[in-house]
Amino acid sequence: MSGEHDGDETGDTPSNSGQQFDRLPATADEREVPGRATREEVVGWWEERFGISPETFDEFTFWEKGKGKIWAFGGDTVDPIRIEGLGMAFLRTRQEHWKPTTNAVQRFGRDATKNVVELSGEAATRFAAGEDQEVEWDGDWGYLLVAHELVGEREPMGVGLYLHGELRSTVPKGRQESLPVLD
Amino acid sequence: MNPLERYAPLVDDEEAFFAACERPLPSVVRVNTIKTTPERAREALDEEDVGYEPAGWHDEILKLDGRSPGTTWPYFHGWLHGQEEVSALPALAVDPQPGEFVWDACAAPGSKTTQLAAQMDDTGLLVGNDNNLGRLSALRHNAERLGVTNLAVTNQDARNFSLKPFGSDQFGGYRYDGSDSDGDDEPDEAAREAFDRALVDAPCSCEGTVRKNPDVLDQWTLDHVHSVAGIQKGVLRRAIQATKPGGTVVYSTCTFAPEENEAILTHALEEEDCRMVEFDSPLDTVSGVTEWEGEEYHPDVTKAHRVYPHHNDTGGFFCAKLEVTA
Ligand SMILES: C[S@@+](CC[C@H](N)C(=O)[O-])C[C@H]1O[C@@H](n2cnc3c(N)ncnc32)[C@H](O)[C@@H]1O
Repeated sequence: MSGEHDGDETGDTPSNSGQQFDRLPATADEREVPGRATREEVVGWWEERFGISPETFDEFTFWEKGKGKIWAFGGDTVDPIRIEGLGMAFLRTRQEHWKPTTNAVQRFGRDATKNVVELSGEAATRFAAGEDQEVEWDGDWGYLLVAHELVGEREPMGVGLYLHGELRSTVPKGRQESLPVLD
Repeated sequence: MNPLERYAPLVDDEEAFFAACERPLPSVVRVNTIKTTPERAREALDEEDVGYEPAGWHDEILKLDGRSPGTTWPYFHGWLHGQEEVSALPALAVDPQPGEFVWDACAAPGSKTTQLAAQMDDTGLLVGNDNNLGRLSALRHNAERLGVTNLAVTNQDARNFSLKPFGSDQFGGYRYDGSDSDGDDEPDEAAREAFDRALVDAPCSCEGTVRKNPDVLDQWTLDHVHSVAGIQKGVLRRAIQATKPGGTVVYSTCTFAPEENEAILTHALEEEDCRMVEFDSPLDTVSGVTEWEGEEYHPDVTKAHRVYPHHNDTGGFFCAKLEVTA
């Protein structure tokens, strides 16, 4: 850590470092690394996409490590920080359509009010197993929050990509399970 | 020879001890309170007709009938984590509080790390360290599935762990140089100097896991016991050095070998500023031993807990709590 600034002077990616976590700038005015998402944009995205209120994230700090990969950390620490992991991989940015992680949606998605597809019975089981399926949906296309009911409450399962009448499960291999059909 | 024979003089009921070591372990899960409550987790298991029995001493620990927890909905949602009953002890001894700075020195694959995170209400800063990069990815996977967000993952040899990444100027590091996002030269106010608490769940000869993995006995050698003891001493000493005065350090293993337990504590008590403290174990245990094969240990090691498989129908375990005195 010898006077480097935001990792933009090291490595072959001039804009961002895969070696360290850099805290997101609060707003676009404070942005130094081109293309880096701001805290305002990240929190705003969850509100805009899923209706999740910005206060949900008041105690969290957001960091970028690796191109476009945003991490949510439930506290604060020095910036930049060179370690292996910080909080939870949360959101993929630096691409046209931002994509939340399965774990982030499971952790923060309970209060979502829009772009939520509810599945039940066999459809929920298929989603958790990583299968694609046709669904009835007349809302937005793109990344949707997919939920089902568990002990009387809606519980988010993960992220689905909805295109042309089909809902693709993006549950990563290591999180896919073959689960019983609930009635 | 079955290496467990060497512990016959230490156990109260040899026959029950050897019989328990032969039996497979029950399937046990811990409820992850970061994502749900024990009540809702039980209801979710009921919905799937999965039988369970709460572990009496703790409402977050459930013994399942048969079925592997992975194939249930509450597991998929990160409400449950498969964790041996006795392995819940060390985090209870650490007793971390919300907002604290806590070190899990040998953390992968993270059963105890994620339990510590839940005890901290997923706040403060929990550092999960392991020197094995492959095992670290399992730690990250488990922590993320359980929704843990207060965890920093590091890949260092715990024997000379440096707090430098966290902005500490101690232990051979230097204070963070101030190249933070606000660009001033002040030390970062988020810098942390020393841990409030640490857990050393040390690599060991693992005899206590014989019920899960009978192969450990075939691989057992006294040479391995001695070499791993060197690592244990180094990691425990570092944990004491890196924890602030008045802070807590917990040492645990899943072995019965006094060379890896009481001997390690004795070494730490002689070399570092610390003392043994008593703590209550919710499981039936016996005291640490002060003599073994001609060696004498520090008298205070009796405050440590030995858990034998036949006492609570669990794996074997050892757990001790220390307070840092200077
Ligand atoms: C008993 S296991 C830890 C289990 C873990 N605490 C849990 O509850 O899931 C011991 C760990 O220590 C790690 N280890 C061994 N030597 C180490 C060292 N010198 N520094 C850091 N970690 C080490 C091993 O890779 C292994 O993951």
